[in-house]
Amino acid sequence: MFILREIVMVAMASIRANALRSGLTTLGIVIGTAAVITMVALGEGAQRQVQEQIENMGTNILTVRPGQGFFRGVASGSRRLEEDDALALRDQIGHVYEIAPEIESRYQVTYARSNSSNSIVGTWPSFFSLYSHELEHGRFFDEGEVQGRRRVAVLGSNVPDDLETPGGLLVGRTIQIRGIPFEVIGVLREKGGAMWMQPDDQIFIPLSTAMYRVMGGRDRLRSIYVAAPSPDELDPAWAEIDRVIRREHRILPTEEADFSIQQSSDILETFNETTQTFSLLLAGIAGVSLLVGGIGIMNIMLVSVTERTREIGVRKALGATRKTILFQFLVEALVLCVLGGILGVAGGFGAAELITRLYGSNTAVAAEAVAVALGFSAAIGLFFGIWPARRASILDPIDALRYE
Amino acid sequence: MRNRGRRGQNGSNSETNGVVIHTEGLRKYYILGAETVRAVRGVDLEVKRGEFVAIMGPSGSGKSTFMNLIGCLDTPTGGDYWLNGRKVSELSDDQLARVRNRDIGFVFQTFNLLPRATALHNVELPLIYAGMSSRERRKRAEEKLTLVGLADRMDHRPPELSGGQRQRVAIARALVNDPALLLADEPTGNLDSRTTMEIVEMLAALNQAGQTIVLVTHESDIAAWASRQIHLNDGLVERDFENEGKVN
Repeated sequence: MFILREIVMVAMASIRANALRSGLTTLGIVIGTAAVITMVALGEGAQRQVQEQIENMGTNILTVRPGQGFFRGVASGSRRLEEDDALALRDQIGHVYEIAPEIESRYQVTYARSNSSNSIVGTWPSFFSLYSHELEHGRFFDEGEVQGRRRVAVLGSNVPDDLETPGGLLVGRTIQIRGIPFEVIGVLREKGGAMWMQPDDQIFIPLSTAMYRVMGGRDRLRSIYVAAPSPDELDPAWAEIDRVIRREHRILPTEEADFSIQQSSDILETFNETTQTFSLLLAGIAGVSLLVGGIGIMNIMLVSVTERTREIGVRKALGATRKTILFQFLVEALVLCVLGGILGVAGGFGAAELITRLYGSNTAVAAEAVAVALGFSAAIGLFFGIWPARRASILDPIDALRYE
Repeated sequence: MRNRGRRGQNGSNSETNGVVIHTEGLRKYYILGAETVRAVRGVDLEVKRGEFVAIMGPSGSGKSTFMNLIGCLDTPTGGDYWLNGRKVSELSDDQLARVRNRDIGFVFQTFNLLPRATALHNVELPLIYAGMSSRERRKRAEEKLTLVGLADRMDHRPPELSGGQRQRVAIARALVNDPALLLADEPTGNLDSRTTMEIVEMLAALNQAGQTIVLVTHESDIAAWASRQIHLNDGLVERDFENEGKVN
């Protein structure tokens, strides 16, 4: 329609004629939108990080840990989880599930003149496939080396850095763990960590070697990992594990178990929820600033309507209908808000980038967030523009023409 | 000044029988606090096509209210009003806007031009609200501006024009929709005597070319240019007579 063009042109002309005022008013929307975008980007980034961690931990893995046993309501001391439990699991349900026990301790590791303190993990070869580790150099250890308590080590991807030697050169060399010589047979590809699990910093050795040669006959496992074929089969896996370990520990199904079975990612899910709540809160606060920006728009639109009362009268006398006048002021508010929204989105992108660079926090500007922010600023323009526009539209042309 | 054949469309309208304004018992009462102000108390009036009518009266006589009613800027409390054959006294706000847009051209005492818009854009304004394409709009607006002698001032904004020039822009704007009625409310009230003559002469020439004009004024020497004078007093028509000693 030809009128529409006039409406838009008048709105633009009015904004241009009051450039400073329009700019300052729009600033409220710019800041509001930028804040929303930044906050959502921060939240989104944190969430993605958690998601990544969940994937790193494996979504199909259950962790069996020794837990406190309770007998008639009295804690009876921490029970053990031993290699026998892992063997029983492997014997009875190993054809469906992958099993890997883990014993862990931190020791000094030396190579040539370098030394560092690393977490040493004793486990079975199944551990690598269970967590889908890949090799950068060399090979994993095998069942025979576990049986033979061989002193072989597979290094996490960061360990060569700790020892100040390239991974490729370390394979075949001997390092000392707690003063005990170990042959490096492999270096893992970088995996990334999750919460307390930092496989890139760990050194993996056969379980038997760890128990009898390094940790001095310690037989308490930290945990047993059980991988189900798919995340959907975690429930039957849970039941199977519970059955096997109860039998091993001679605990009746009606009694309190002395171990716990967790899905590693559960903890992260909880963490994820917290993050989500927090980012919602932040976005909410940012949303309030957008709202305040909207009130600024309304204020300036009211001023504009008052200032232009006479113009409104003239336009009405010349044949502008209520709807035309309403649209004219609505479009003006809308243009201000959408303009602010676009600038705000750009600002938000910038701020998110800056935060990533300065603090290294993960940020991710989601396309949805941009759409929502733009939509929201347009909605604010409509919401806060409609009242001033309505006031303009219902002005009596006689009064408006007489207005000085 | 030449007429560009605009009469064709209204003049042949048989329904109107050549009557532009017809009112019966037109009334307008205001409620002001506890008091009811009877601004217009029942006016019967008929203005034929091609007439040049001057409405006169002291302040408080109801002539402004009457003018607002005639100009469809206001709705009457009672009575009926036919404009160009159409009953307009019971129309809605938006319908009245359309009537103002198509059938009435306004000339105000204070010009009421948009200060930021060029003369051309000011004249185009009624056509914009009529939904006309920009090319057609421009053609018509240029035509009317040329008619009022401002062909070389089209791109000037009102603040860059003299009072007389501004009023001529306003006249061009009033004419641009080829209205049935040109309504001038004290059009010379803000002008000096020389410019006043210029504008009055222009109105007279337009009337000569067939334009129906209703002019509200309190100056009898301006009213003397009209072909008919209506004197209002206390909301009623006091005198209504043909102007024998018409100036031109």
